[in-house]
Amino acid sequence: MTKGNPYHGTERVKLVANLTNSPWTKRKIRGMIPTGCCLVAGYAPGSPETEEKMTNLELKKHANDVRKGIIEGVHSAKAGHPGGSLSAADVFTFLYFEEMNIDPENPQMEDRDRFVLSKGHTAPGLYAALANRGFFPVEDLVTLRKLGSYLQGHPNLHIPGVDMASGSLGQGISAAAGMALGAKMQNRTYRVYTLLGDGEIEEGQVWEAAMFAGFRRLDNLCVIVDNNNLQIDGPIDHVCSPYPIDKKFEAFNFHVINVDAHDFDALRAAFSEARRTKGMPTCIVAHSLKGKGVSYMENSVDWHGKAPNDEEFAVAMADLDRTERELAKEVEG
Amino acid sequence: MAENGIRKIATRESYGNTLKELAAEYPQLVVLDADLAAATKTSIFRKAYPDRHIDCGIAEANMMGVAAGLSLTGMIPFVSSFAMFAAGRAFEQVRNSIGYPHLNVKIGATHAGITVGEDGASHQCNEDIALMRTIPGMVVMCPSDDVEARAAVRAAVEYNGPVYIRFGRAAVPVINDRPDYHFEIGKGAVVKEGTDVTIVATGICVDSALGAAELLEAEGIHAEVVNICTIKPLDEEIILNSVKKTGKAVTVEEHSVIGGLGSAVCDCLCAKYPAPVKKLGMQDVFGESGSAAELVHKYGLDAEGVYKSVKEFL
Repeated sequence: MTKGNPYHGTERVKLVANLTNSPWTKRKIRGMIPTGCCLVAGYAPGSPETEEKMTNLELKKHANDVRKGIIEGVHSAKAGHPGGSLSAADVFTFLYFEEMNIDPENPQMEDRDRFVLSKGHTAPGLYAALANRGFFPVEDLVTLRKLGSYLQGHPNLHIPGVDMASGSLGQGISAAAGMALGAKMQNRTYRVYTLLGDGEIEEGQVWEAAMFAGFRRLDNLCVIVDNNNLQIDGPIDHVCSPYPIDKKFEAFNFHVINVDAHDFDALRAAFSEARRTKGMPTCIVAHSLKGKGVSYMENSVDWHGKAPNDEEFAVAMADLDRTERELAKEVEG
Repeated sequence: MAENGIRKIATRESYGNTLKELAAEYPQLVVLDADLAAATKTSIFRKAYPDRHIDCGIAEANMMGVAAGLSLTGMIPFVSSFAMFAAGRAFEQVRNSIGYPHLNVKIGATHAGITVGEDGASHQCNEDIALMRTIPGMVVMCPSDDVEARAAVRAAVEYNGPVYIRFGRAAVPVINDRPDYHFEIGKGAVVKEGTDVTIVATGICVDSALGAAELLEAEGIHAEVVNICTIKPLDEEIILNSVKKTGKAVTVEEHSVIGGLGSAVCDCLCAKYPAPVKKLGMQDVFGESGSAAELVHKYGLDAEGVYKSVKEFL
């Protein structure tokens, strides 16, 4: 595989020129230099020894940018899954801006931490995090799902920073378990993270994988369940309840941590605890709000897999702009 | 095992033996099984390399995903189960977790076809070739004997990409044991020359085709027998060259006539050299319990059955 990033170059510019049709994006193209790569001097992502951590305020700003990227992408595509992307936006942000040892300039870095988006339909969230972290330009997010774009409807290996193709529910966690086992067999120290939907864990394969990971004591594996309580057909406990999620993973020999998915202090503590947990994999049950950050999408199953129209898009962006201004005030204050 | 002086060995045993042989040469080779190591013969590998044998339990879907993940860390996983479960139950995992990302995973599927025997229809997979050849980029092989099975496993480990290899349960005669034997993925072989009809066979049916050709020869009918081990990518050249000479083809496989070797040959001939084809195999029916020999006879896939079908066709 190539070490460099093929999407930093003229081919990309052509692609964007061909595919960008969002008036909003034309109005406000963000800088070519990805934000947030070196905000803290000497900051080494994923290193528990690092004294200086990214501040919660910085993380919140990145998360808001990730949410904007989700809305722009899904609006431009006129399709996609905003609800579950938004509920996981803070987890994506924490993983890519603080927790994981990764290098956007070298997506294939040998000892990088791995991430598998088992709930692959929330690709807009992953792509927005990768773009804002510098794996590819944020302007490309509006090419989501368009013919000829590398930003496919669900993740595949042609996208810089993506470690596994996914989208068919239940499969990502098995691949993540395989990566974790591979790391152990080769005496590598990298960690493997995988994000599942709470509806997704209705798939039987998830529990095959959980049995395997628990039995093999894959303590380099961290499973995160985005527990926003909604799946396409309604609340998960009305469709085919997977609750209690924590007790189930405990029974499969996981160390389980319940956490508020939108609280960076809580996320930091949870991922740190996961890293310190030896002899068993960790499951972080992240209690989240579907559609978080966009007023009319919050806790609404209608926005599981639907794109906002132009008016709805304007409202969503106004919501996120307001959050941005509030965060700016906090910086000043 | 020897019968009438002919050495017989099941291709699943060739598989287990070859994995063990390749292990020293390929330290990144690992073997996965789903509680069938004794039957798939990966137990031969496990005995020698217990740390590199991963029993995933009776959970084939997860096993395919674990193999995908292992390959992404640079390992070369061979995943084993019965064809019914490797290609059938876990089809979508093979398609989406291995095929779509085009990962370097090898699937060694044993107990294919009706020669599973006594276990009956639930375990006799006559659909795996059809399923696997629909996956873009998947190499599909079906070796005819011990020599070819060992060569196919070696070729698979040397090839970078997903491979499906089909092995049988029953001991079959060794037919390729000759000094000039050469194996290459995607290359068929003319194992008997002739001018009157082309018999294209795969797997254990190559032996039946050779037997049938012998019976036909006694009656002055010169059948050409083509052994197709790699069903995908298909060696179209060898089939076209033969059928241009004979004008017609009979295909023989221990598999459904829908979607397998017969269909692949028809796809090729329809597009490039239309000619009459008769497809022998399972005629859109499930198998049943019985001994392998009885079943092969009942479904017309032994030498006598192939001989009769070719005669009818001519």
